[in-house]
Amino acid sequence: MVEVSTPTKWALRLVAVGYVFFLVAWPTGLLATRTFEGGVSNLVETLADPDVQSALALTGRVALLAVVINLLFGVTISLLLVRYEFPGKRALSALIDLPLSVSPVVVGLSLVLVYNSRDGWFGPSLSDAGVDVIFHTPGLVMATTFVALPLVIREIVPVLTEIGDDQEQAARSLGANARQTFWRITLPSIKWAVVYGVVLATARSVGEFGAVKVVSNNISGQTQTATLMVEEKYQNFAQDQAYAIAFLLVLVSIACLVIVAVLRPSSEK
Amino acid sequence: MSSALSGATIDTTGPASPKGRRPGRAKRTTPRNTLTGGAGLGLGITMLWFSLLVLLPLSAIVARAAAGGWDSYVNVLQNEQTWAAVVLTVRSAAIVTVLNIVTGTIIAWVLVRDRFPGKAILNVIIDVPFALPTIVAGLVLLALYGPNSPIGLDWAFTPNSVLLAFAFVTLPFIVRTVQPVLEELDADVEEAAASLGASRFTIFRRIILPSLFPAIIAGATLSFARAISEFGSLVLLSGSRPFETEVASVRILSFIENGSYASAAALASVLLAVALAVIVVLDLVQRRVARRG
Repeated sequence: MVEVSTPTKWALRLVAVGYVFFLVAWPTGLLATRTFEGGVSNLVETLADPDVQSALALTGRVALLAVVINLLFGVTISLLLVRYEFPGKRALSALIDLPLSVSPVVVGLSLVLVYNSRDGWFGPSLSDAGVDVIFHTPGLVMATTFVALPLVIREIVPVLTEIGDDQEQAARSLGANARQTFWRITLPSIKWAVVYGVVLATARSVGEFGAVKVVSNNISGQTQTATLMVEEKYQNFAQDQAYAIAFLLVLVSIACLVIVAVLRPSSEK
Repeated sequence: MSSALSGATIDTTGPASPKGRRPGRAKRTTPRNTLTGGAGLGLGITMLWFSLLVLLPLSAIVARAAAGGWDSYVNVLQNEQTWAAVVLTVRSAAIVTVLNIVTGTIIAWVLVRDRFPGKAILNVIIDVPFALPTIVAGLVLLALYGPNSPIGLDWAFTPNSVLLAFAFVTLPFIVRTVQPVLEELDADVEEAAASLGASRFTIFRRIILPSLFPAIIAGATLSFARAISEFGSLVLLSGSRPFETEVASVRILSFIENGSYASAAALASVLLAVALAVIVVLDLVQRRVARRG
């Protein structure tokens, strides 16, 4: 491997570390110091507010549902994409990535156009049947599921491809049925990929803002998620509370990153 | 590392089916359809779910926009405020993508080839912008580049804030696409070049850069797509002033809030077309890389 000269090495190191420090590390650190400027009391008082509690609970509920749905369908789609051949497979595999490059606002708009109860494609009939989507929790769950959809699949597909299907075929030839093969052979070998996918999807689901903003009417205590509350608090000059909620969200996302960083090398070696 | 975090894995979905004409009357080795009963049912349910959640809603946008005919696009884009938003978005995204190509490649290089204490932390911090909720990203940037900036840079509500937010949210993309390629790079070729008298710069330009090129393009495409669709981090940071700091996504939101779904859909379908173009470019790059083996 070619070594670069020492001055170049230091220059590159300085650029990389400096750029990341000024763009990410310092600002994120400042958020933490601002949260605790008045001691721990700010965080404690904010958390005692029932509206804040209900926003956090709503975010938790929505994220949990979105992650479970994405887990079930993510594993299914990954198995279908890797283990089977069918017409339209390449198109499906490309379309799966679409949610990653579509603006969250566009995601919200698309759901509103189909599911709003006034003139959506399915909205009015669903509303007659007693299911309200837009401006209610189901809409929040759908928007969150939409944006986090590719994450589980992107983690599982490469692993499934890599391990091949030798063991599965061996199990089948020894008389295991499809369910036994899945639970005893396939799932244990993609276990870590599933865990990463779930962690990443959780981080994304907890933090979703744009898509949720469009499908929520932002009523405190009903459809206001934690991220929406950060915006409202900040714009209403309740900046301390905004910082406190934001700090909690930062903790969740950093925890997700650390989990992935700690787990990953152990399975890749 | 966690390249999937940035959605930047160059994945290969299944073995490539044999290409070209099959020789003589030999039978196809991979049939077009290998679905068994259960798997067929699974595919059916999954496709129904995927259609209800993603495909139908996205086509609703196109349908709503197309309902007004070609004129609706022209009218929406001819509105001066909307056009200014589109220009600002595309220009800022392009600037940030170029910036990312340089800094992203340097960071990936430092992460792979350099050794220093704290490198592991740097590696984790790269993913922070991807994991952080976008509204929090805006708040975080305001802490250093806002009204109470400890370094005296108040960029809130200026066009600079758009660049800042874009640079923040797109930081991981090129780093995470280039990093794995750089790790796999064969050192023998570089050493051979060096032993034949090539200078370090020549080796970088003639040996390393060409191998990194597809990864850089893939990362740049993702980073551009992410930037033009960015919304959350700008809400608090840019103030969304018309003609100054209002980007396309914010413009769509104000159309939605005014109830003019048709205009929102027209502008959204323009963004959607860009997103699709990005996916096609990525698919082509992946195929080219896969062919090279």
